[in-house]
Amino acid sequence: MNRRMTRDELLRRGAISLGALSVPSLLAACGGGGGGSSAASSQKLNKVLNFANWPYYIDTPATLKAAGIHMPTTLQQFEKKTGIKVNYYEEINSNPEYFAKVQGRLSKGQGIGRDIIVSTDNDRFLGEYISQHWAQKLDKSLIPNIKNLIPAQQHPPFDPNRDYSLPWASGMDGIGWNEKQTDPVTSVKQLFEDPKLKGRVGVWNSMGDTLGLVMLENGDDPSNVTDASFNRAIARVQKAVNSGQIRKFYGNEYAAVLEKGDLAASMAWSGDIANLGDPKIHWGVPTQGGIIWTDNMIIPLGGSVPTASTYMNFMYDPVISAQWAIGANYISSVKDVKAEAVKLDPKANSNDLTFPTDQTLSQMHQNDPKMLTNPAYNKKWLAVQGQ
Amino acid sequence: MLWLTFFFLLPMGFLGYQSLQSGLFPNFHFTWAFSNFSTALSDYHTQLIRSFAYAGIATIACLVLAYPLAYWIAFRAGPWRNLFLLFIVAPFFVTYLVRTLAWLNILADEGPVVRILRDIHVLGPNGRLLATTFAVVAGITYNFFPFMALPLYVSLEQIDERLLEAAKDLYASPTKAFLRVTVPLSMPGIVAGTLLTFIPAAGDFINAALLGTPNQSMIGNVIQAKFLESLDYPTAASLSFILMGTILVILLIYAKIVGPEKLTG
Repeated sequence: MNRRMTRDELLRRGAISLGALSVPSLLAACGGGGGGSSAASSQKLNKVLNFANWPYYIDTPATLKAAGIHMPTTLQQFEKKTGIKVNYYEEINSNPEYFAKVQGRLSKGQGIGRDIIVSTDNDRFLGEYISQHWAQKLDKSLIPNIKNLIPAQQHPPFDPNRDYSLPWASGMDGIGWNEKQTDPVTSVKQLFEDPKLKGRVGVWNSMGDTLGLVMLENGDDPSNVTDASFNRAIARVQKAVNSGQIRKFYGNEYAAVLEKGDLAASMAWSGDIANLGDPKIHWGVPTQGGIIWTDNMIIPLGGSVPTASTYMNFMYDPVISAQWAIGANYISSVKDVKAEAVKLDPKANSNDLTFPTDQTLSQMHQNDPKMLTNPAYNKKWLAVQGQ
Repeated sequence: MLWLTFFFLLPMGFLGYQSLQSGLFPNFHFTWAFSNFSTALSDYHTQLIRSFAYAGIATIACLVLAYPLAYWIAFRAGPWRNLFLLFIVAPFFVTYLVRTLAWLNILADEGPVVRILRDIHVLGPNGRLLATTFAVVAGITYNFFPFMALPLYVSLEQIDERLLEAAKDLYASPTKAFLRVTVPLSMPGIVAGTLLTFIPAAGDFINAALLGTPNQSMIGNVIQAKFLESLDYPTAASLSFILMGTILVILLIYAKIVGPEKLTG
């Protein structure tokens, strides 16, 4: 099926739903329909789903095998169930870089050859995609499983009614340390000031994550940032850079460096440490609290809304999501996922990184979206990195 | 001419246009914002000066290391010349990024080099090579070495050995013959090599990004971050122009010193 046909069909679809608005009974009939309606929707589906995601973010035969689960991957199950082939691209390594790459076409109203892309809520770009109208509305009629979305995720500030986005995965910001190199590192203060760690400390190059943890250490609220609290946090990072305590600002690559031993301790994402599966690398929530963030799926311009929505619906089945969470080691936003996961792998019950307890979650805070979009703050954040 | 228009003038024109815009991504407007240049210069002169210092040191290091090597291959290697030239070029069959990543492992804190240097007390017990100025400059030197060695080899290889014999016949000592005959005759190679090393090294960002810390950040890192992370295209474009302008000025001074005919060969 070529793109032109898809677009025509989308237009037709739009016209149909407009007409349906004026005839509520017809809408009800469609929504509640059985075989007829699903045949109608499958006509609009593409044969292929082009999905752009971050690396190591999905269950694979290897990760499932490691967890002792002998099932086809969730992607294979989706392909079998729907007949839609998934081209899964692990091509997103950084929110700003990906945004810079696709914005040229999106700003001209052109597609980017992807039906789903994934963007993080504690960076400014997710909000940017939605407010610039570069993301298409989800077809919620194809996503009945949206009812399984946990309440905490139902009304995010960047998309209050979840019209454009659905969570893919959440992760927690904390501190990882290598027990061969150091005693446990439990606070940002220790990370930034312990002379034994000098030159062997990593932090992230993403502002929300790093400054969020520093603000908590300063006793400031990362979800309500003021100029004063921002400057306090920047000054603290600058001090640790000047003293040579901080070795570098890392993207995803800090985990390997921590494992190798060049870093003794680093700010670290929960899932990365779980994925390493290295017994000498530990992860903990800092004493002053951690940050939680969520990566969200959106449908960029040019993407097939019905195909993408069908996939999202598939992933919001608690059984599927449980298998995904065990295989990817990140936190699902689907209700009852822990109960399903325990059925697949009893160890899930004690896995606080992937299935955090309420107690762990109560130590988590969220970033202030206003901080992320403030250009003066972004400039200062680059300056502290020597850029 | 067409080539130049399409691949140089047009992009340059666009970059110039962009450098004079103001506003926030993605809503930039053309406003003749010359202040972009002064702000960029006052904010990032440290990185700019650092870039030229690192590039300068690396160029000199390349010259000092490559000259004896090229000399030896040109005059002493005999039938093995091509093999040794291949040895210089061979590492460059691997991509730039991977070559630099390899240094991350070679110089790692827990790696063999650092361990030996610690054992013989060249480095302190907590000393390191990675994430230091030394690592960045060494990385640049390594990565641009062939750009120095190959032009040197070409110019040395073209020297007529009878001229050296003549110098000897005229009672020149080997040192004097080298300084008065070999060096001047290899000048085109030295000039070409230093330019080919210095210019890309000044704009390099991979070595500083992988082997350095924020305290070693170079102008290339700033431009990269402005283009791809903060999406501040006007500042990135003006920094690119400043970098280009500074290189041009250095080039003119250099030409003045060595004589302009050397630059064109």
